[in-house]
Amino acid sequence: MSTMNTLKPAVDKEVGASRDTVVPAHEERPESAVIEEAKTVGKPFSDDPKFKLRNVEVFYGQDRAIKNISLDIARNEVIAFIGPSGCGKSTFLRCLNRMNDSIDICRVRGSLLLDDQNIYDSKRDVVELRARVGMVFQKPNPFPKSIYDNVAYGPRIHGLANRKSDLDDIVENSLRKAGLWDEAKDRLDATATGMSGGQQQRLCIARAIAISPEVILMDEPCSALDPIATAKVEELIAEMSESYTIVIVTHSMQQAARVSHRTAYFHLGHLVEVNETNKVFTAPEHELTESYITGRFG
Amino acid sequence: MQPANLFLVTIVLVLVAYGLGYTRSRSLAMPLGGIRHLKSLPFYYGARAALWCGIPALIVLALWAMFQGKVIQLLVIGSLPPEMMPASEGEASLLLSKISNVASGALPPGFAEPPVVEAAERLTALRQQSRWYMTVLVVAVAVLAGFFGWVRIRPRLNARAQVESTLKWIFFACAALAVLTTAGIIFSVAFETIRFFGKVSFFEFFFGTSWSPQTALRADQVAAEGAFGMVPLFTGTLLISAIAMLVAVPVGLLSAIYLSEYASKRVRGVVKPLLEMLAGIPTVVYGFFAALTVAPFISNLAASLGIDASSQSALAAGGVMGIMIIPFVSSLSDDVINAVPQTLRDGSLALGATQSETMKKVIFPAALPGIMGGILLAVSRAIGETMIVVMAAGLAANLTANPLESVTTVTVQIVTLLTGDQEFDSAKTLAAFALGAMLFLATLILNVIALHIVRKYREQYD
Ligand SMILES: Nc1ncnc2c1ncn2[C@@H]1O[C@H](COP(=O)(O)OP(=O)(O)O)[C@@H](O)[C@H]1O
Ligand SMILES: [Mg+2]
Repeated sequence: MSTMNTLKPAVDKEVGASRDTVVPAHEERPESAVIEEAKTVGKPFSDDPKFKLRNVEVFYGQDRAIKNISLDIARNEVIAFIGPSGCGKSTFLRCLNRMNDSIDICRVRGSLLLDDQNIYDSKRDVVELRARVGMVFQKPNPFPKSIYDNVAYGPRIHGLANRKSDLDDIVENSLRKAGLWDEAKDRLDATATGMSGGQQQRLCIARAIAISPEVILMDEPCSALDPIATAKVEELIAEMSESYTIVIVTHSMQQAARVSHRTAYFHLGHLVEVNETNKVFTAPEHELTESYITGRFG
Repeated sequence: MQPANLFLVTIVLVLVAYGLGYTRSRSLAMPLGGIRHLKSLPFYYGARAALWCGIPALIVLALWAMFQGKVIQLLVIGSLPPEMMPASEGEASLLLSKISNVASGALPPGFAEPPVVEAAERLTALRQQSRWYMTVLVVAVAVLAGFFGWVRIRPRLNARAQVESTLKWIFFACAALAVLTTAGIIFSVAFETIRFFGKVSFFEFFFGTSWSPQTALRADQVAAEGAFGMVPLFTGTLLISAIAMLVAVPVGLLSAIYLSEYASKRVRGVVKPLLEMLAGIPTVVYGFFAALTVAPFISNLAASLGIDASSQSALAAGGVMGIMIIPFVSSLSDDVINAVPQTLRDGSLALGATQSETMKKVIFPAALPGIMGGILLAVSRAIGETMIVVMAAGLAANLTANPLESVTTVTVQIVTLLTGDQEFDSAKTLAAFALGAMLFLATLILNVIALHIVRKYREQYD
């Protein structure tokens, strides 16, 4: 707990101005590659958190995949999760909309608050949670239905449109926001699985924003896409960051650098470092972060 | 030696050949500096010697066992005195069975004419000889060919390629055997069916609504003319299959959905094998369950409601058949539902859909073609099912759609037409083949459609 308290003031300072003036607590002791619990360096906390996550631990059966992570995700920020494969980025991300629920052996501990309400409260309605926290997956996963039905799926389930014309509007708006309207407007009835990978992924984004979520989680959304499709999705993320809180897991450090405000570096289930993105990539504080971004492992 | 013993001996020789070939290749390799100087691994040299030893010997053995009986018969008949020579094939077979009865001691020699007794002695001697020759020949072939295979082993010999191509031919022969058997069945049924249509008109068979295949057995017998309209039989089959599917499809499908989407691993591990056990119960057991438990229950229930019900009803047979078919539907549906990628489930759940919405709107539509395929396979199973209907549905060829009445099916009629002593060229017995052919066609078409659907569905996700 003491670490958290010493870190807190550092975060409370104005972003940018604090960079040189505040010396994080850990720099006073010798750096070591051994990660201690809850010793996240950088600025894991925020004044205006959308998500307030404290002492989060995730177990798969006996294996502890997430080891005591505390982190705030600020309102309307884009935060990138980076780290080597298997370090728990997806696992942590899936806690935020309780997608881990469908894995039998998965248990989550700690306090996870969305707008100060407990996500894992036993009385909590996951349907409502997931309506607020949308998700885009690694591999584009459009339903084997028409483009229109894919986008209309969420609004129909949540009863967002009373009339056909309302639904049409939602579908059009979502496709426009996802930058897919011009390509799709003439073939709304065509099946979605016939589109290119990049189009499918943008369709999945359109499908997610059709129910007006507040947060969008993206798990390596571009890893199955070619560079041009990737660029389009990144552009889209930049536009969406005005109205949504976005959490993106990515394998590409360039992508994290391009789209995110803050970057969190995970290592073997620990959250090693969180900071403004340019800080993480230009002056990482932790040895492990530095090794990772300079490509010593990955 | 008996062919079976000889077979065992050959197998032993094959093993010996394998061992010798293996060691020879190793010892040839030693002076060269190890087995890496061989063209193939020692295993392949051993296998090659074993194949050389086994294949010719087994072919000789098979041919000998197949033809020795016929050849011995010809020799025995040929040695009979001219006045005993059988005039016709029927007489010959009577005579032969008499001779072999004497030879086996079933008929004491005193009851037979002296030439027959002589012939019986010759038969015994010939059999003895034949066995002898066979033993010598097979062992000789095995040893000589095995030796040849062994002696030809050279480090440069590509035994691997030879073994591989020989194995390919052996596998081909097995596949060909299965195909040939199927073709043989089809031809024999087709042939008899054509003969049937020589006696009964096409039109009567396909459109006749009355079925009573009683023809005169002998020319002097007075009997009804026999009616061969298959319509009541096919409607009976359809009625019972429809009842069976009404039971099997909802129960099977819903339990598949439960097992694949809702049940925990533990429940699934228990329930799934139990459900599949239903498919392992012999149909006879289902048959008496239907006939002795379900049918009386239904007729009593109907009677207490004041409805007229026959003691053997389509409902009882169809209902029990439906239970038998549940595992077909459930396990095939379970497979296709599981084949729907997890990413689609995740996509739907992440949009805030509940599990049942996900099932209804995403998984079920995606799995539907595969499920349809499974159901069609189950239908063809229901149409071909015999035992339950024989025991529980009755024999009366009623043309009815009332499930409380007794009906009969194509398969039941085939059974009743062919059991007991029958003359194999009357319209009555030939009708069984015609019915069989129709049944075969119907299930074939269903299977082709079903497999086509299933395959098409597979391509979607692979
Ligand atoms: N469904 C699961 N069951 C058991 N272990 C899992 C499961 N999913 C992930 N894990 C384990 O959790 C750890 C973190 O995985 P993951 O979150 O997928 O990593 P990342 O997304 O960073 O590559 C890994 O060690 C992985 O083996
Ligand atoms: Mg991952």
